[in-house]
Amino acid sequence: MKRAPFEVVSGPAAPLPHVNINTDAIIPAPYLRSASADLGAGLFARWRYDDAGRENPDFVLNRPPFRSARILLAGENFGCGSSREAAAWALVRFGIRCVFAPAFADIFYENAFRNGLLAALMPQESIDYAVACAETAQSEGHFTVNLAERALRCPDGRHLAFDVPAFRADALLRGDDDIAATLEYADEIATFRARDALIRPWIQTFGNLA
Amino acid sequence: MAAETLFGKIWESHRIRSLDDGRDLIFVDRHLLQETTSAAAFDGLVQDGRHVAAPELTFATQDHIVSTEPARSLASNPGGRELIDLMRRNAGNHGIAMFGLDDPRQGIVHVIGPELGLVMPGTVVACGDSHTSTAGGLGALGIGVGTSEVEHVLATQTLVLPRPRTLRMRFDGQPGNGVTAKDLVLHALGRFGIAIGTGHAIEYTGAAIRALPVEARLTICNMSIEFGGRLGLIAPDDATVAYVHDRPFAPTGRLWDQATAYWRTLRTDDEAVFDRELSLDVSKAAPQITWGTTQQDVIGVDQAIPDPATIADLAARQRMEAAIGYMGLTPGCPIEGLPVDVVFIGSCTNARLSDLEVAAAIARGRRVAPGLRALVVPGSSAVKREAEARGLDRIFAEAGFEWRSAGCSMCVSINEDIVPAGARCVATSNRNFENRQGPRSRTHLASPAMAVAAAVSGAIADVRRLA
Ligand code: SF4
Repeated sequence: MKRAPFEVVSGPAAPLPHVNINTDAIIPAPYLRSASADLGAGLFARWRYDDAGRENPDFVLNRPPFRSARILLAGENFGCGSSREAAAWALVRFGIRCVFAPAFADIFYENAFRNGLLAALMPQESIDYAVACAETAQSEGHFTVNLAERALRCPDGRHLAFDVPAFRADALLRGDDDIAATLEYADEIATFRARDALIRPWIQTFGNLA
Repeated sequence: MAAETLFGKIWESHRIRSLDDGRDLIFVDRHLLQETTSAAAFDGLVQDGRHVAAPELTFATQDHIVSTEPARSLASNPGGRELIDLMRRNAGNHGIAMFGLDDPRQGIVHVIGPELGLVMPGTVVACGDSHTSTAGGLGALGIGVGTSEVEHVLATQTLVLPRPRTLRMRFDGQPGNGVTAKDLVLHALGRFGIAIGTGHAIEYTGAAIRALPVEARLTICNMSIEFGGRLGLIAPDDATVAYVHDRPFAPTGRLWDQATAYWRTLRTDDEAVFDRELSLDVSKAAPQITWGTTQQDVIGVDQAIPDPATIADLAARQRMEAAIGYMGLTPGCPIEGLPVDVVFIGSCTNARLSDLEVAAAIARGRRVAPGLRALVVPGSSAVKREAEARGLDRIFAEAGFEWRSAGCSMCVSINEDIVPAGARCVATSNRNFENRQGPRSRTHLASPAMAVAAAVSGAIADVRRLA
């Protein structure tokens, strides 16, 4: 599906700088039981709510400026574990459009971009700086992400550089449909299949059913 | 021709073209579907007026949310009904073979792929589930994907992927008594960590790997994702070929001869260069068990819970303190003897027939400790039938284990199989994350043998003492 192009994102940045935040933590399994679960409400549910479902006032997304966070500042290996794309969906439904981390897990990284969520690589020192800035900023102290410039502007005016491969940034900015792009190669795929049927005939013909 | 790795050979044989952005367009031989990650993919496909490109190469099952009640029916676990019905409807509408709840071929997607001969050496297998890497045990590229990529494979029978870098992980030495494939891979996680494989295809080699039976190789490759690797594989050999022979969807006759001749070319050339090489000696390793909340938090069963006071790095120390706090442990105490509430034998890591045989051999003539709940959940309906034919179900039942129907169960606790809050579980699955088996559940990962040892001892126990 064609997505809305990625615009300049501006808003509070929520600091959650732990390493190895896994997708089970981002969206717990109970929210995967239905095709129509409220994933935005389920984001980080085990940290956000207590056993009775009440908000945990200490958790960052329950604190005033960060309730409307558009940006997440995370630690290394963000999104590891389960392949559940609901992790990316939950972030997006909550309103997060960009996650900054020193490193991402492979499947989450792919899932993020496929949902218009910017997963931006930022060195640990810059994350630390942004986290400190976010903790001291007042509620109107907004961060601004400029994807074309690869810069995160902190409330104190400082610009922090981040990294995104050019093709991913371009696709986000255009709102590309990945499937449509691949279907442009339909003829080549058909040619591949025809040739492969000669080289590995057991792949497309099932022995016992042939 | 330049020397090539096993991974490189399979990748190249599936590369349709390279894209301008440096990624490759890869053909998918087998696309496997499960009920919790496919519904939205079919919705997207239909919304955009597209159709399934190769339904004949696509197979579906129901495993994650299904009830594992011994006499289950569609009425069991009503909470899962919506996704079960959607899977059936979507498979039916798009002409996809589905092995549903009532089908004899039903089971955990990564167990039935190899079992049915859908996964074969040299194939590219995609599935909306991170443990698709299991397929690597047969020398296949098993690629776990998200739901958008499921939709992409449905629509095109291809994936667009950056070519992973290559990592060779060599296991030297002969494993000691009581040390299984699960212990080997946990040991390696303890040594190398959960991010070492990011962006890499891992090839497992070395004497300790070569000696493993095929089902044990599936266990090793299953946990490739735990290293952060998207896929891992082991070169096929005679044992692999024998394993695939006569599987329901495996080739026969002339096609079989052609296939096996091709499979014998699937090995890493002697001169091939990997981007990264790692090795470890497994001869001294004890049976392993995790103590913390990531898979790298692992020790030998004869060791003590680590002490954060000995860790110099502040952030690392705080992480260790948090994990020890969550798990309710005392630093410096031996892990052996820690009381256990639940034992779970199951999952795509360790619920094949050979796993259940090892477990039953130790359970035979023993009793599950009073007050402890112990479950055995076969990886597939076929594993269940075969285990019953061999009388394993009776051994488990006599020992006080629940003998359940096939599914993911307490590995992901998305159905009604949940570890109570605060309870301690020894599990043969692959993830010990906070809350994974239910809110505030505490998970210790181990082999099936170690799980039985814990069940009959009522506490974490060294299986070598029971043998
Ligand atoms: S058994 Fe666990 S890891 Fe395997 S497919 Fe099921 S939920 Fe995933």
